[in-house]
Amino acid sequence: MQNSGIDVIFQGKNFQRLFEGLFITAEIAFISIIIGSVLGIIIGLSRTTESKAVLFINRVYLEAFRIIPTLVWLFIFYFGVTTALNISLSGEIVSIIVFSLWGGAEMGDIVRGALQSLPKHQIESGKALGLNYFKLYRYVLIPQAIRRMIPGTINLATRMIKTTSLVVLIGVIDVVKIGQQIIESSRFELPTASFWVYGFIFFLYFIICYPLSKISKSLETKWNN
Amino acid sequence: MNIDWNFIVTSLPLYEKAAYLTLKLAFVGIIISLVIGILCSIILYFKVKVMHSIVQAYIELSRNTPLLVQIFFLYFGLPKLGIKMSESTCAIIGLAFLGGSYMAEAFRSGLEAVSKLQIESGISIGLSKNQLIRYVIIPQAFSISMPSLSANCIFLLKETSILGAISIVDVTNLTKDLIGMYYRTFESLTMLVAVYLIMILPLSFILSWLERKVRYAEFGN
Repeated sequence: MQNSGIDVIFQGKNFQRLFEGLFITAEIAFISIIIGSVLGIIIGLSRTTESKAVLFINRVYLEAFRIIPTLVWLFIFYFGVTTALNISLSGEIVSIIVFSLWGGAEMGDIVRGALQSLPKHQIESGKALGLNYFKLYRYVLIPQAIRRMIPGTINLATRMIKTTSLVVLIGVIDVVKIGQQIIESSRFELPTASFWVYGFIFFLYFIICYPLSKISKSLETKWNN
Repeated sequence: MNIDWNFIVTSLPLYEKAAYLTLKLAFVGIIISLVIGILCSIILYFKVKVMHSIVQAYIELSRNTPLLVQIFFLYFGLPKLGIKMSESTCAIIGLAFLGGSYMAEAFRSGLEAVSKLQIESGISIGLSKNQLIRYVIIPQAFSISMPSLSANCIFLLKETSILGAISIVDVTNLTKDLIGMYYRTFESLTMLVAVYLIMILPLSFILSWLERKVRYAEFGN
């Protein structure tokens, strides 16, 4: 069975290279999810204040990331910010910055939603016990809110992992780029390579995201009841 | 920073054309997604045999993979099996494939949220199954799922930004080209952001107006 197509994935070092590409994708996603979560917790906490200015800034920040597509943010940082500040940033760094900021905005909304969904009497009881703000959050609100945050956070993580596929468009050598290189190099001996390689990448994203979305869904139904 | 107004004026018609294309593709994609979504959600809601598991597999596949990989597969992968399509056809199929599952989920949660009481009342006043679906279930389900449907519309419009990857000249791809050709980075990016604001803000206002208009489901709760 020569040239049967799917062999292209296992030929030579192709399989290993695709996984190296996947590793870059995963690395960007992982670092951004961590930074985004930390940023999101700070933002979410800041959104429970009553200061109008803080609320307004947060609102603009969140809406900016919701209205303007992520790819456009990647372009703004990759082409715009680098030109304006006269610096040079690699595609990986730009991706991490943009995905962290985006994750922070979305995560902030999840944290805010979770904190505000807690019954008011929790805050009042905490205050009645004489807890100060730090202790109120540390021992009463945050432990309860975390449970409500987890399904949304896992969901956000899958969205971020899927969106990392865009980094190829600002020149990062991720799994899609390596797939393209493999297709290029085998275009004469294996004309059907693009079908199998893109199919394989499709499958790779699926096996990463599917378990995550299943977990988030089952936690959601479990904790809602 | 000196702004090159001349550049902005000369590239305006290009942005207009690209924005028109973006809106056209998004519009067709959204309409087809809605149709797919309604069909899939009805199949899921009534648990139609065999179809039920096919629809579920489709939803999982489409929701758990990125659009970029989907359209690469459609545009570069499928022609190798003899299925050749133009860029815009690929773009629309890609958007519909992705959007269909999001719409289906939105409709399904709407259908499931219609209260049992409403269905039982419908049966007790002697509505047939068709009448029950047509006059009681669908209008309320639609009203309940309206917020997620409108979020999906905006999501799909934003997703068109990646269509440049299969050489469709949408606003994002146009900006990338202009930056490459004229190096007017600041002007091009500002125009790009402005175009997205012009497209998405009115859409989001119209959709939230629609949301208020179709609130039947709050009745009697």
